[in-house]
Amino acid sequence: MAGEYDTAITVFSPDGRLFQVEYAQEAVKKGSTAVGVRGKNIVVLGVEKKAVAVLQEDRTVRKICVLDDHVAMAFAGLTADARVLMHRARIECQSHRLNVEDPVTIEYITRFIADLQQKYTQGRGRRPFGLSTLIVGFDYDGTPRLYSTDPSGTYHEWKANAIGRQAKTVREYLEKAYTETIYESTHESIKLCIRALLEVVQSGSKNVEIAVMARHKPLKTLSAEEVEKYIAEIEKENEIEAEKKKQAKQIGGTSTTAPTLTTQTSKKE
Amino acid sequence: MALANVLGFKSNNEFDRSLQCQKTDNNIDEFCPTLNIENIAQFITLPPYADPAKYLKMVNEKVDRVKIQFLKGTTTLAFKFRNGVIVAVDSRATAGGFIASGEVKKVIEINPYLLGTMAGGAADCAFWERVLARHCRIYELRNKEKISVAAASKILANMIFEYRGMGLSMGTMIVGWDKRGPGLYMVSDDGERISDNIFSVGSGSIYAYSILDAGYKYEMSTVDAIDLARRAIVHAAHRDAASGNIVRIYHMKETGWEKIEEKDTNDYMYQYRDEKTMNF
Repeated sequence: MAGEYDTAITVFSPDGRLFQVEYAQEAVKKGSTAVGVRGKNIVVLGVEKKAVAVLQEDRTVRKICVLDDHVAMAFAGLTADARVLMHRARIECQSHRLNVEDPVTIEYITRFIADLQQKYTQGRGRRPFGLSTLIVGFDYDGTPRLYSTDPSGTYHEWKANAIGRQAKTVREYLEKAYTETIYESTHESIKLCIRALLEVVQSGSKNVEIAVMARHKPLKTLSAEEVEKYIAEIEKENEIEAEKKKQAKQIGGTSTTAPTLTTQTSKKE
Repeated sequence: MALANVLGFKSNNEFDRSLQCQKTDNNIDEFCPTLNIENIAQFITLPPYADPAKYLKMVNEKVDRVKIQFLKGTTTLAFKFRNGVIVAVDSRATAGGFIASGEVKKVIEINPYLLGTMAGGAADCAFWERVLARHCRIYELRNKEKISVAAASKILANMIFEYRGMGLSMGTMIVGWDKRGPGLYMVSDDGERISDNIFSVGSGSIYAYSILDAGYKYEMSTVDAIDLARRAIVHAAHRDAASGNIVRIYHMKETGWEKIEEKDTNDYMYQYRDEKTMNF
């Protein structure tokens, strides 16, 4: 009987925090970056592709996975934990289809994953899942959705979000750059996702993996050529911006603006 | 099993369904004391045999001249048409040749947009449709939208299937209106769950079907549909000994169900005879 009560790992600290959950969030911060953007007719997921060893086979799309025809998930954190969670979520999607004769809503499957993550913060002898997820898709009434969960089991809906390494930087960029016009345009939404990722990742199509999902269509991973086209467009736009800023400086004299996009791109290269 | 779960009983062995209480701290339920082998007899009356399925098989198959036949002495019907679904039932309850009651409510109002009909065991239908109402409400709270008729009927069918062969007797129709429009499913105790435009269940269904099949058109007006349903029940009440007394009619609309009427079938019989619209 005593064995049932003293094996809990996640217990409160004196000042009311769950240290195990916070340590799990640290593990997430070490994972490679993932960005999600919600547009009116498209949802985009972008992840940082880490370099693989020379002898290793390069398997594409390991970090972005499909949970059902209309739901996709990207994660940041422990890959093995993600595999287990993904497996359970896929079963739940089909179970829902069987019992309710309808595909899951994105909120439902997010709630399921979040509940599962929460359960492991209250379990006996179990540690929390060390990952945050970005879940995107379209409900069967056509509404695009983007949700994010974290190791504590909370979930929120977002217009655009980033998780993983340097997520704060990327999120701040997204807050500045996200506009209604971007929301309306498919092309701009994809470009925003790539731009956000390029804030923290070296420029080049071999370092990013982008997947998009349109309404009533399956998840599509953009090929390297398509990504290169977007990156070329972004770099051209950056150059034009840099030119404008240089001219403004020459004419105006004083420059009171904060560090611009130009300096950031030049830092990367 | 649903009932066993509510009481906190778990059966370890899938094949041996004898009840073992396993209440742990995970589900502390202050309204239900910890039940065990010693005190169980105080709280619920267990049947005097371990395996209900095996016992009932014996009784059904006429061993020692004993045969319990579960008859569904009633007439219930429901059909979809262009303005929704019409549900009509009689109100007689019989025990063999004895009319136990003439005022049974055979339509169960699960919630303002779902109806269930009762045929077979009254207790079975009433109880399981109340459990269904609980599931529907929790679904609505969790998912912030009304449950679909397909899902509700599937929940009921799955619950019943767990008790298949153990003596449940229900032939119920689940009627509702959801995102996909009017919904009508028939769920029965052998685990069947089917959807169609016209259903009738009970010993008087054969008479009801003849009237329905003769006069049914999907494009009927509401008034005509109600009249058709009324005539079908009245005809069944006239010919079937186990159906009669009061006819109750409900109309399922997009905004929910509405009770149309509850009148005596005898009065209608005389009315139709005088009008010469039916040969009574």
